[in-house]
Amino acid sequence: MPRLTVNGKSHDVDADPSTPLLWVLREQVGLTGTKYGCGIAQCGACTVHVDGAAVRSCSLPVSEAEGKQITTIEGLVQNGVLHPVQKAWLEHDVPQCGYCQTGMIMAVAALLRDKPKPTDADIDGAITNICRCGTFQQARAAIHAASNA
Amino acid sequence: MNQIVRMNRRSFVIGSVTVGGGLALGFKLPSGPDAATAQASAPEVNAWVVIRPDESVVIRVAKSEMGQGTITGLAQLVAEELECDWSKVAIEYPTPGQNLARKQAWGTMFTAGSRGIRESQELVRKGGAAARQMLIQAAANSWNVAASECSAASGVITHGPSRRTTTFGQVADAAGKLEPPKDVPLKDPKDWKIAGKPLKRLDTIDKLTGKLVYGIDIKLPGMLNAAIKDCPVFGGRLKSFDAEKVAGMKGVMKVIPVGESGVAVVADTWWQAKTALDALPIEWDQGDNAKTSSASIAEWLKAGLDADQAFVGNKNGDAKAALASAAKKVEAIYSYPYQNHATMEPMNTTALYTADRCEVWCPTQNGDTALAAVVEASGLPAPKCDVHKVPLGGGFGRRTFTDYIRQAVAIAKEVPGSPVKLLWSREEDMTHGHYHPVTQAKMTGGFDANGTLTALHMRISGQSILASVLPERLQDGRDPATFQGLNPGGAEGVIGYTVPNLLIDHSMRNPPVPPGFWRGVNINQNAIYLECFIDELAQSVGQDPLEFRRKLMTQHPKHLAVLNAVAEKIGWEKSPPQGIHRGIAQMMSFGSYVAAAAEISVDKGKKIKVHRIVAATDCGTAVNPAQIERQIAGSFVYGLSALFYQECTINGGRVEQENFDSYDSMRIAQMPTVETIIMPSGGFWGGVGEPTICVAAPAVLNAFFNATGERIRSFPLKNHNIQLT
Repeated sequence: MPRLTVNGKSHDVDADPSTPLLWVLREQVGLTGTKYGCGIAQCGACTVHVDGAAVRSCSLPVSEAEGKQITTIEGLVQNGVLHPVQKAWLEHDVPQCGYCQTGMIMAVAALLRDKPKPTDADIDGAITNICRCGTFQQARAAIHAASNA
Repeated sequence: MNQIVRMNRRSFVIGSVTVGGGLALGFKLPSGPDAATAQASAPEVNAWVVIRPDESVVIRVAKSEMGQGTITGLAQLVAEELECDWSKVAIEYPTPGQNLARKQAWGTMFTAGSRGIRESQELVRKGGAAARQMLIQAAANSWNVAASECSAASGVITHGPSRRTTTFGQVADAAGKLEPPKDVPLKDPKDWKIAGKPLKRLDTIDKLTGKLVYGIDIKLPGMLNAAIKDCPVFGGRLKSFDAEKVAGMKGVMKVIPVGESGVAVVADTWWQAKTALDALPIEWDQGDNAKTSSASIAEWLKAGLDADQAFVGNKNGDAKAALASAAKKVEAIYSYPYQNHATMEPMNTTALYTADRCEVWCPTQNGDTALAAVVEASGLPAPKCDVHKVPLGGGFGRRTFTDYIRQAVAIAKEVPGSPVKLLWSREEDMTHGHYHPVTQAKMTGGFDANGTLTALHMRISGQSILASVLPERLQDGRDPATFQGLNPGGAEGVIGYTVPNLLIDHSMRNPPVPPGFWRGVNINQNAIYLECFIDELAQSVGQDPLEFRRKLMTQHPKHLAVLNAVAEKIGWEKSPPQGIHRGIAQMMSFGSYVAAAAEISVDKGKKIKVHRIVAATDCGTAVNPAQIERQIAGSFVYGLSALFYQECTINGGRVEQENFDSYDSMRIAQMPTVETIIMPSGGFWGGVGEPTICVAAPAVLNAFFNATGERIRSFPLKNHNIQLT
């Protein structure tokens, strides 16, 4: 029975070791902020942090996440305060349908941890999430705002 | 009723976000089977407005929110007339069952065709204004004064002569008991204080924290999960499956045939259900369509370009005769592929069926037809059914359909008493869409000896959406929607050019691939056909494409105004910077006049960078300019993704593309800078979500021609090895 550390809490989960982390988070741990979009690591809606790095959880077997620190969108708020990326997203009124946004926010949060002042080229290289509503113009502005926060 | 939104504007401290106190309300699931008949706990002034003793204002919205911002815009319109405090506004959806029980008090729930606001603006504004009148009357009654001496602002009612005040919350209960007023005058938009302003959306905060519950996130006690496969060949049937092979797999509870063409696995978790479904041996009866391919469809459509029989959409003069005698003729054939909506959230529905009740929780663009589908699929009478609408992870037209809702009810009937969530895999979603229809167009233009355009014939050949989806809307077999943006008159989509001899007609050919309304519907290809060909015509006589258009547009001042606006802003009269090439396009659709001017560069003839698009819209009345800007920029992502990447090819009667690896979509790196000009000319209400989508592609294609001299007439551009960088 895999044991996971999610948002600082330990969870024993009843899942086959090959089950993608995404589905363990959603269906076993009960955290549904991490979304299913494609199941093949194309769209990024399922992005979480594994030991601080942005990972597409639909394509990571849960067995490979054992013993690592997993952070989901639900864990991004610290002590009741929004993460700077979430704040910037709110201020720039970024989401439309919102479905892909938690994954994009997680990807941006990881980028800013590694590169606190990303250039447009850095953003283009690191943020490859699909958003069918097309929130990219506001998202780029919000990323720069968050990096200057 | 479902409380869905309330954002916290003053504080970023999530821990303090609670009901009341001017802070955020989260989305709450209705509490089980009684929810459909539950009444709001606070005084209802009328169908649209509930005011709580703590002064919070609940505005009910019948239209579905799928990212287009309609609930915020509609709430602005209600709040404007109500004269409430905008910071205290929350929104809830009435259920379709409530709408039915109250004789369509909220009008139609249908949310498509860029109609969310324009179709219901009068109804909701009157709802807000009537509620204000009733609140004022209740206050006047309590003071024993004339209502005409009282006024309301920001939720406070003042008796002018005595300066006494009270609040909405204090009189809401009494107001709700009054007769609704008969005479409900509305404000002139020029006096608006809440509507017409670039306000932030009401539903953002929970989208940032993962708290918003979409259909895919529904959790009910004892809920089971289902995965489904429908016959991959359109029109095929389920022949057999071997449930024994998966019966022992972990979590698997049941394998169920669904309708005549599907099979579902029900399990404890969706991943277990999907894993078992993938292992399930299934045999299909592929039926008559197994020989259909993209090539066979294209061949059939090509024959339609010269077919004798065609439905006429627009005609003046005698185009055929004028073309026969033209001094110069220009001809081009264009084609446009099938495309999937690819909403980020795949289709899903949670259903709970018992012997005397059926309820579903589903993302739908039409609560009314969703309820009708539940009634039909469950076999129960309407009063025993209801639909709980949940936020949509994208719609784009796909969620006007009820196929996934019917399936969920059929599955729930096999596990009575247990709620079951049906979720489509991305692969199921990609291969069982209601696709953007396939068409071709033969464009023929004729000039006289002076280089004046005397004739234009646009022959469309291809699929009708209405023939499949709403056959009762056909007009003697003709599909009027085919001619979107090409009509001689009307309020929806008028062609912006006057040509002395014009013929636009349609040879209807309906292949066995289900079509659907896809953001923009038929204007997407109609705009490419018309606006690229107009450029071709201009180029054939050596004229500037803008000047060429202007000469044809003198009788269409609103079309011309948006075109001129983008031309001016992009600086059309001056040469572009080195290496930059420009293109321009205009159209009218969904009641709005739109135009775009694009600036691109092209590397080695194959790599396009779209640097900048200037877009203008005259939507008549602008309810929220900030959200209009976002819709326009977003529509370009949808439209340019379609232009560059997206095609559903048919092979063996089935769609070949199963996921985003073969059906790509734009990322942030490809996003151009979008500069929006919102220029509402007043006096009408045009749409916003869809109209602009159609002008991005022809503007970019015209710029590509200016860059390379190459005219692309079939799509997507990836088929020509052209990339978007």
